[in-house]
Amino acid sequence: MLKIADKIFSSRLFTGTGKFSSSALMEEALLASGSELVTVALKRVDISNNDHDDLLLRLKYPHINLLPNTSGVRNAREAVFAAQLAREALETNWIKLEIHPDPKYLMPDPIETLKATEELSKLGFIVLPYIHADPVLCKRLEDAGTAAVMPLGSPIGSNKGLKTIDFLEIIISQSNVPVIVDAGIGSPSDAARAMEIGADAVLVNTAIAVSANPVQMAAAFKLAVEAGRMAFEAKLASPVLHAIATSPLTSFLDE
Amino acid sequence: MNSFNDIFETYNWDETKASIYAKTGDDVERALSATKRTLEDFKALVSPAAAPYLEQMAQISQRLTLKRFGKVLQMYVPLYLSNECSNICTYCGFSYDNKVKRKTLSPIEIMQEVAAIKAMGYEHVLLVTGEDNVNVHVDYFKKVLELIRPHFAHISMEIQPMDLEDYQQLTPYGLNTVLVYQETYHQEDYKKHHPKGKKSNFKYRVETPDRLGKAGIHKMGLGVLIGLEDWRTDCFFTAVHLSYLEKKYWQSKYSLSFPRLRPFSGGLEPKVEMSDRELVQLICAYRLFNEEVELSISTRESPNFRNNIIKLGITSISAGSKTNPGGYVVEPESLEQFEISDERSPSEIARVITAQGYEPVWKDWDKCLA
Repeated sequence: MLKIADKIFSSRLFTGTGKFSSSALMEEALLASGSELVTVALKRVDISNNDHDDLLLRLKYPHINLLPNTSGVRNAREAVFAAQLAREALETNWIKLEIHPDPKYLMPDPIETLKATEELSKLGFIVLPYIHADPVLCKRLEDAGTAAVMPLGSPIGSNKGLKTIDFLEIIISQSNVPVIVDAGIGSPSDAARAMEIGADAVLVNTAIAVSANPVQMAAAFKLAVEAGRMAFEAKLASPVLHAIATSPLTSFLDE
Repeated sequence: MNSFNDIFETYNWDETKASIYAKTGDDVERALSATKRTLEDFKALVSPAAAPYLEQMAQISQRLTLKRFGKVLQMYVPLYLSNECSNICTYCGFSYDNKVKRKTLSPIEIMQEVAAIKAMGYEHVLLVTGEDNVNVHVDYFKKVLELIRPHFAHISMEIQPMDLEDYQQLTPYGLNTVLVYQETYHQEDYKKHHPKGKKSNFKYRVETPDRLGKAGIHKMGLGVLIGLEDWRTDCFFTAVHLSYLEKKYWQSKYSLSFPRLRPFSGGLEPKVEMSDRELVQLICAYRLFNEEVELSISTRESPNFRNNIIKLGITSISAGSKTNPGGYVVEPESLEQFEISDERSPSEIARVITAQGYEPVWKDWDKCLA
């Protein structure tokens, strides 16, 4: 079972709410995914009137936890402000910290993210920061009190898969907090691969929302994440490139 | 390099135009198969040689747009604050020499219009004015922003180009996005169409996006008025401008518009006609060239065209627009800036969008976000 802060998750597939062709379809797909943590952009919902917001109403299930995100902010100051509004309006102290001052590729700002994580965790937030697959930054975020780290697999929305896999493996091997691979996962096989290398969870949005059949794709991701986790727990055999017949370098020891 | 003008001056209009018209089918095919497309690829995609490849371009454009933006369309509406103008623009209903009744909305009138716009469901509004620095200046805009900020999630402005200091003064009041169209990058023609007023200064206008970038504006909109000059060349310069700005002001977002010259009372006939087919070519060319840029379509275009363009690369659409100050409730009969071609209401447009498997998005920003 995955535990982040004080919450236990039986599903390791986290999802997003953007890009769907309708909120009804989003609801159906998220249910099919089995996801228990769903991120919502603060800017997309009407927080002053959240009892009537169509998107939020679609997420009112006992098993679904909301993870508001700060998409749209450009620095730590704006992020902290947005997180406080989200906490007040949505009654959760969980926050997905997204600080991308670059609106073209939506690359996360490591400096502002670290600053905001320090401040928000002091303010009692459960912080899940979206970051580059930067192992040192992950350790620094741990020191700052982060609840998990969310390194990207490839540029957000790109569906390019795990381009950062070598760095993800380092992050996973040395992390004391859950590692959630956040962006770029384009297919269930990418998600399975992330789970096989030991990621604690993955977050998928575009690949589900933009597929021809989001509900079926959500179900496929659910299975892939379960399979990948199962394989990780069963300990994958290491790939071997050639047959091992003799030991030319060390056989003299046996002579 | 201080401004876009330094880059722009290295180009020659006639040579650029000739190089676009010299593009061949081979150039277009190379552009289609590239993964990252260059300005030379863009030339090929807007050239006459790309016409036979339109369906292919549309399919790539649709795929790229879906990947980036999803199955959603952003809804916005203009709020005309004033038609006072000290410029002469040969193509515009608000031109100084056009003898029409001038009107600048008072705070009470603005709130009446705001109420009507909110009743249609809008959260994103585009404020529009002429260019009158006597009555419609930075202090007026501050007052307007203070007045309407509590009522909208996102505020854009299409107003006269201003100095850097003016923009810096307005951003704390909630100004998020500024649209400033160059009209044409053809300098001699620009002078012909703008013989009087501050707008006649080509350089000041072409450097406006630089000032916006320096002011840290969240988003800026670029475009030319299609019909004044050769649209392929003008839109190529728009693409050059966009590329320059993206690299220099990397924290800003960008959107493009492609208004075709519409008739108004006593107005100018377009020098260059652009067909629907060519407009689709342009929209797809912009998308193939830049996967992240927002593409916006207004009610200048016909219902049939707008219905069919939804899936081809557009990311935002207006509906129910009035292009006269007070047009929603205060003074519905006053002179409009240009004729609306698609008169359907926002809810009708929303139904059209939904029927095509897209979601109309009314709110994608929040006033809490700087």
